[in-house]
Amino acid sequence: MIQVPRDDRSVIGQWWWTVDRWSLGAILGIMAFGVLLTLAASPPAAERIGADSFVFAKRQFLFLPMALIVMLGISLVSPPHVRRLALLVFAGSVVLLAATFVIGVEIKGARRWLSLPGFSSLQPSEFVKPSLAVISAWLLAQSRTERRAPGYILSTVLIGAVLGLLILQPDLGMSVVVAAVWAVQLFIVGLPLWIVFLGGIAGVVGLGLAYLFLSHVRSRFDRFLDPTTGDNYQVNTALEAFMNGSLVGRGPGEGTVKAQLPDAHTDFIMAVAGEEFGLVVCLVILGLFAFVTLRSLNRASRETSLFITLAASGLAVQFGLQAAINMASTVQLIPAKGMTLPFVSYGGSSALAMAICLGMMLALTREHAGLREAV
Amino acid sequence: MRFWPRPGSPDPAAAPSAAAGARLGTPQDRLRSDSQEVARQRIGYTIAIFGLLFVAIAGRMGYVSLLRDGGEPVQRVAARGGALQGERADIVDRNSIVLATSVPVMSAFVNPRLVLEPQDAARRLASALPEGKLEEFSEKLEGDRSFAWIKRGLSPAEHDRINRLGIPGLDFQAEERRIYPQGSAAAHILGYSSVDNAGLAGVERYFERELQAGEPLQLSIDLRLQRFVEQEIARAVRKFSAIGATAIVLDATNGEILAMASLPTYDPNRARTITNEALFNRGTLGVYEQGSTFKIFNTAMTLDAGRATLDKIYDAREPIKIDRFTINDFHGQNRAMTVAEVFKFSSNIGSAKMAMDVGVEGQRAFFDRIGMLKPIPIELGESAGPLYPRHWMKINLMTISFGHGISVTPLHLASGTAAMINGGILHRPTLVKRAGKADVGRRVVSERTSVAMRQLLRLAVTEGTGKSADVAGYEVGGKTGTAEKPGRSGYREKALISSFVGAFPMSDPKFVILVSVDEPKGLKETGGYATGGWVAAPSFKAIAEHIVALYGIQPGDWKGGLAPLQVASVAVPPPLPASALTSRARQRTVDQRKALPARAPGAGPAPGERRHATE
Repeated sequence: MIQVPRDDRSVIGQWWWTVDRWSLGAILGIMAFGVLLTLAASPPAAERIGADSFVFAKRQFLFLPMALIVMLGISLVSPPHVRRLALLVFAGSVVLLAATFVIGVEIKGARRWLSLPGFSSLQPSEFVKPSLAVISAWLLAQSRTERRAPGYILSTVLIGAVLGLLILQPDLGMSVVVAAVWAVQLFIVGLPLWIVFLGGIAGVVGLGLAYLFLSHVRSRFDRFLDPTTGDNYQVNTALEAFMNGSLVGRGPGEGTVKAQLPDAHTDFIMAVAGEEFGLVVCLVILGLFAFVTLRSLNRASRETSLFITLAASGLAVQFGLQAAINMASTVQLIPAKGMTLPFVSYGGSSALAMAICLGMMLALTREHAGLREAV
Repeated sequence: MRFWPRPGSPDPAAAPSAAAGARLGTPQDRLRSDSQEVARQRIGYTIAIFGLLFVAIAGRMGYVSLLRDGGEPVQRVAARGGALQGERADIVDRNSIVLATSVPVMSAFVNPRLVLEPQDAARRLASALPEGKLEEFSEKLEGDRSFAWIKRGLSPAEHDRINRLGIPGLDFQAEERRIYPQGSAAAHILGYSSVDNAGLAGVERYFERELQAGEPLQLSIDLRLQRFVEQEIARAVRKFSAIGATAIVLDATNGEILAMASLPTYDPNRARTITNEALFNRGTLGVYEQGSTFKIFNTAMTLDAGRATLDKIYDAREPIKIDRFTINDFHGQNRAMTVAEVFKFSSNIGSAKMAMDVGVEGQRAFFDRIGMLKPIPIELGESAGPLYPRHWMKINLMTISFGHGISVTPLHLASGTAAMINGGILHRPTLVKRAGKADVGRRVVSERTSVAMRQLLRLAVTEGTGKSADVAGYEVGGKTGTAEKPGRSGYREKALISSFVGAFPMSDPKFVILVSVDEPKGLKETGGYATGGWVAAPSFKAIAEHIVALYGIQPGDWKGGLAPLQVASVAVPPPLPASALTSRARQRTVDQRKALPARAPGAGPAPGERRHATE
């Protein structure tokens, strides 16, 4: 363990004694599993597109250290600076998001990506999520504590606009996460329970409308409810993989599912973990995600600044929800939804955006002795 | 370090705040602490809900990993992007005879995990499917996996027998199977397909997407002719103990391929038995030095460039020596000859001298123009590009004039020949029936040159080396070619590619026929010869006669008449004596066939050498 004296007043010293080291450790653990599973799952996917077997693994080994540096760097920042950073990231990513409609690259039927030099492709919507959570936390907190600020209305307008952009992409999974994070923040900020109840009904109605009017949503849902109606190839193969893996797995490299699943290295990476490393390792990974989420929520609840509480819990919910949706669809607990597993699934945009999310979360959940009134 | 912060513990951040809330009485502060309290409570709920969600996922993970059995196998829907679009489309010939079709079949598969008594089940399966091996079945049924094919493409009787066994874990999958009702006919054109109905060769592969989408494919070939051509070259291969052969029948007026055969061949219905050698399409994938048949192009090039007329005289008395190479004649006349005679006697010396009149650049441009330097854009993946010298020099100029030092596919030769005689238009050869829209093609030589070429080809049959190709009354014209195949060191005298390319009727050519036999062995009745005139020309004749009978063509059914070429031999003596008369020359040709070609002593081929005798 690094020895840092308690009375060290340097930036790093202060950071070390105030940051949530347990969560940080768990996040590093998740990243380590990400490295392991990318090595296991990505070569067949790379070979399918005719590239060098380890091209995805190599790229991911570039993305993850970058993500780690970004995350640690942001976690050094003070809460007010987190807010400013969020505003910057938000402004930038909304502009890019709008740009996808003009100059976006269409992949698998959706215009979510921007082609950038150096970066093979960038998905701006990933960066909207964490920054929007912080901004809406600030607006809601202002509204709640100052009363006069029009925070509720502003945040509603903002969320509505972003949701509109996301649905146009179309990126329903991302919209669900953004809406859910905002709903949780409203809940935490003390929305009367009857409104929460109404909101729940509205959400169900919204999903119903999506089912009625968006054909790909309907097809996904039908196939979930009645597996015989269509192509459940990915999910069935994933379930098969868990069955093959059983308790301790077939052993590294012994899996077959990665050769059959087109998305084995992204959305279905847990299936590879299940087959090669078994239930035990899957539960450890799930445990790490649950630990970071729940512990960060708990720390957020102890903050004295409502902004910090809302922002940190919003970010924690985003992280936890994304992991939960990914894993729940892999084991067919919910209809298949394209969602990456933070730091484990292959993908640069996702890793970098998650680094920003967790970096801000770690910055906000530091122990802010003497800082509370400044926020 | 504490794992979870204890609630109510003296927390450095929380405690002062609570105290402050109680002490300071401003409404702002009270609001703040109230909201904080609500937030704390509600985050508690959020944590509880999230906790439940994670527990549910963990439970489901445990269930799918340990407890869940495969259940009833669900009918698998092929992951082919969208719903199955009906069956793979048929391929038919130009008269709509089915060449390839799809039939629905059942395939049996098993989930070994659900099989209760693998040994017993394997025994019963073996009795239901007599051609299967018991060990194979027991291995499949005992394996620790959840899927194995038992047999694909069951007959209805087999399906019924297996179904009656009632083995748990065994199920059927409706599939499609590709059937080629004509057996091995047109195998190299059709190609074949995998058990999963993906085209693996031929038009099956080239038109994969269209066939998969259900668009029927009508080929230009005529199955009746195709069958005959296959039989005819098979006969030639047997007779001359050759290692292979190819034949192409092309419609000279539009580039449609009416028949194309390659030997050895295969049966696309039995994909597993296909060898690489049988799969090789000599017509479009084999590149060979074509030998004397290239004199067609050399002569047309010289005439078209205006460098010579049919009666321009070339001195072919002396072999040409260039660098280490000597260019000799097979049917040596050892005299001066007109262009017509050079063609008729297939003189290498004369051809080389004609080419020199055009020059390196002119020759290269001409061969490029007639498509000899590019792969033929045919509807087959199995299409090879020509081999030709990167640095086109004087020696290449000379050898290419008589078909050496450049390798093209037989289809190149047939397509180029069609352009030389059809009025000068190069059509893109095609395997697909040109419905209505005719290919306009591209002019490559003048009408006049084309007429001269028809006369020359007719002459080569009436008086030259191609006599055995003639069909009385049908104005057959053509050119023989015999090329030695290159071996490890120089050319192999005994390994020949003997070919004949020609067309009929020469007044208005319609059918271009190419026959090429790989490594034929000489026979007693051919005087030990295995040259194009002896080996390929008779097959040409047989195919031409079949076409005449098949399409009911009567002599004179065509328009126009071709003036026969009067070939006066050159009477410019020097020292050579009596061979000046045409009759004598003809006599010499026959004599020459009986003797082995005269060769310069010690002039055996050296590596990379370009000295050959071609017929």
